[in-house]
Amino acid sequence: MEAEVKDKIVSIEKPEIIAPPDWKPVIMGILCNWCSYAGSDLTGTSRTQYPPNIRIIRVPCSSRVDPWFIIKALQTTADGVLISGCHPGDCHYISGNYYARRRFLVTKELLKMVGFHEHRVQFSWVSAAEGAKFAQVVKKVTDDVIKLGPLHLYKKENFNR
Amino acid sequence: MARVGVFVCFCGANIADFVDVPTVVEEAKKIRDVKFAIDYKYMCSDPGQQMIRDAIVQHRLTSIVVAACSPRMHEKTFRKALSDAGMNPYLLEVANIREHSSWVHQKDKKAATEKAGDLVRMAVAKSIANEQLHEISVPVTKRALVIGGGIAGIQAALDIADARIPVTLVERSPSIGGRMAQLDETFPTLDCSQCILTPKMVDVASHPYIELIPYSEVIELDGYVGNYKVKIRKKASYVNFKTCTGCGACWQKCPVKVPNEYNMGIDKRKAIYTPFPQAVPNKPVIDAEHCTMLLKGKCGICAKFCEKGAIDFKMVDEVIEREIGAVVVATGYDLWDATPYEEYGVGRYKDIINSLEFERMVSANGPTGGLPIRPSDGKVPKTVVFIKCVGSRDKAKGIEFCSKICCMYTAKHAILLHHKVHDSRAYIFYMDIRAAGKGYEEFVNRAQVETGAIYLRGRVSKIYQKGEKLMVRGEDGQLGQEVEVEADLVVLATAVIPDKANPALARLLGISYDKYGYLSEAHPKLRPVETAKAGIFLAGCTQAPKDIPETVAQASACAAKVCGLFAGDTIKKDPMVSTVNKEFCSGCQNCVKVCPYQAIVTEDIPLGHGAKEMRTVAKINEGVCQGCGSCVAICRSMAINLAGFTDPQIINEIVAI
Repeated sequence: MEAEVKDKIVSIEKPEIIAPPDWKPVIMGILCNWCSYAGSDLTGTSRTQYPPNIRIIRVPCSSRVDPWFIIKALQTTADGVLISGCHPGDCHYISGNYYARRRFLVTKELLKMVGFHEHRVQFSWVSAAEGAKFAQVVKKVTDDVIKLGPLHLYKKENFNR
Repeated sequence: MARVGVFVCFCGANIADFVDVPTVVEEAKKIRDVKFAIDYKYMCSDPGQQMIRDAIVQHRLTSIVVAACSPRMHEKTFRKALSDAGMNPYLLEVANIREHSSWVHQKDKKAATEKAGDLVRMAVAKSIANEQLHEISVPVTKRALVIGGGIAGIQAALDIADARIPVTLVERSPSIGGRMAQLDETFPTLDCSQCILTPKMVDVASHPYIELIPYSEVIELDGYVGNYKVKIRKKASYVNFKTCTGCGACWQKCPVKVPNEYNMGIDKRKAIYTPFPQAVPNKPVIDAEHCTMLLKGKCGICAKFCEKGAIDFKMVDEVIEREIGAVVVATGYDLWDATPYEEYGVGRYKDIINSLEFERMVSANGPTGGLPIRPSDGKVPKTVVFIKCVGSRDKAKGIEFCSKICCMYTAKHAILLHHKVHDSRAYIFYMDIRAAGKGYEEFVNRAQVETGAIYLRGRVSKIYQKGEKLMVRGEDGQLGQEVEVEADLVVLATAVIPDKANPALARLLGISYDKYGYLSEAHPKLRPVETAKAGIFLAGCTQAPKDIPETVAQASACAAKVCGLFAGDTIKKDPMVSTVNKEFCSGCQNCVKVCPYQAIVTEDIPLGHGAKEMRTVAKINEGVCQGCGSCVAICRSMAINLAGFTDPQIINEIVAI
């Protein structure tokens, strides 16, 4: 789990599962109130367009995000999850984003072991001033998830459920 | 059974043009718990709020969802509408269908509508799990801390102190006064800067409610609004201020010469010095980096000549602690180093100076006695070229913003030059003249008419030496031709940048700053003096470039905010804090470790009802808790929950997607 989403250049050659033509991915975004949520508001204020698949949940800090939330989202509707917090050193709550980073490193390893592709759960830093970056991040995550295909079909095929 | 009311806003055309609002309302009506759904043109307007209030009563609603703009915008407005109708304000949820849907999916109305519907469904699901919350009252320490003793800090300190609230003013340098003390005359009235500033400086020193701590820095800030604890490091001055009379014998005899910061390094000061004659406090300090006695243990001349025996070479830094309730940050500005302008020969030619250097030269108490001179040969210049926007408004050099004050002070410099050297002529290269302010346009006209300053619209491409002169080659955009001016002196209006220590200070205070290092206000329009952290306010150029009237206005605004905060004995605090369910708590104390505010302590409770054996559980101080939720996510036994963002609320949202 790298610090910057845009730094990831691992390409996905083929989808995990072939998507039906009318499939639209659902991304769950959990954003911290002070940086990333404010950044996503700025994306709106500056009318920067991004794919409409993300559904955003506001939390006070990225450290509020329990790995349970990610798992619950993947269990239910979401095809991908984006967690975004303040840049290192800029956390409104001093050190919350560091806890978040460590927690997600572990969560991601766990999900990989279980069989989820690492691009299904992504983590980024977006500050309150980075409206354009937020749009890029959402686009990147959406593209990645579209390439991977629908999670519910993948789960049916691979997890026997 | 929950009874949710959904109110969808058109936001004029902002939402309605890109989201099909009636469809969102119809979708909302299909949700099981929604008993009432309606749309309106402006939900935040008074009739819109009235609709909410009426519906709460009529339909006996148990929670409210407003689908409109970002909750960061109008959550408070709608909460108030709820409490006006007798409902607990925290039973409100806002679905952000403007910033997160209509504004960002303008090309796909169907998808935007679908997303808006989803966001409403999520908000409804969350609101069902909302609980009634009540604001927390915390006591206030009625003392303010002002960081920075420039005009912003001085004004803020005086205004707060005049309201009979004690103020601690911390200044990094040996004297207060800041940049304004370096200025000669001020635009647009040409009144003498020192004459209007020094009385205020004296007021600060003599005010019974102001504690002035010069030559010191803030090193630590703990706590929360109304209850901060600050640590201030008072640098060793090596002079006992109590016995020192400020006679000046010490610095007259000191043999060490150091470039004088007050005069922008044009002349020298001594290693023991007062920054300028009108300094407050007017007591010298020893510059430990240059004093021979402190560096090598030899000299001590100042001590020999001090009749009062005030010099104490054994003095050490001292840490002062204060309990305060609010902070005003007023750290001021610096000038950008123009070295990247290689084509101008910055650093290569001595006769290119920046505007503050020119300001010191024309200043009556300056190093040249008020006469501008060429640093290379000391001659008085007859032709002076002023170049504006050096660094500012230049994306290539890294500073995109307008420094705001340069247009005006350059016009002032042209007038001052004319006053000091009557047969001189000023050439001013400019991009635009930005003279928005009371009496500003008139002032620029005055510079042009009265002094005959020649304004050339265009950029300078090159400066090169020709004999004694500097040849300034640029463009006269209005004539559309190249011009070359033979200049004796070139003055660069370099960009105004924030103090270099701003990022470090911001991290120490826990507030945010932008990419240039300016400290960020809570809202660019409606909360320009507050930061995102409650109880910390911004004044002056630490937030953005400003002239003196604006700085003073903002400083007074800070004072008003501080006085408002201190108006009662307690302050209200958001109830979004964590609470421990003691029955579930296993006492692992992981939460204690992750809490960034030390808000969690442990307590011993009986093992069972009436039992003598005790067990340890976590206990949260709700006054200290800021509601980040780190402890909630780390708790293994799910004993902690964060009000407003509880597990059921968030899980409801996730499941509703």
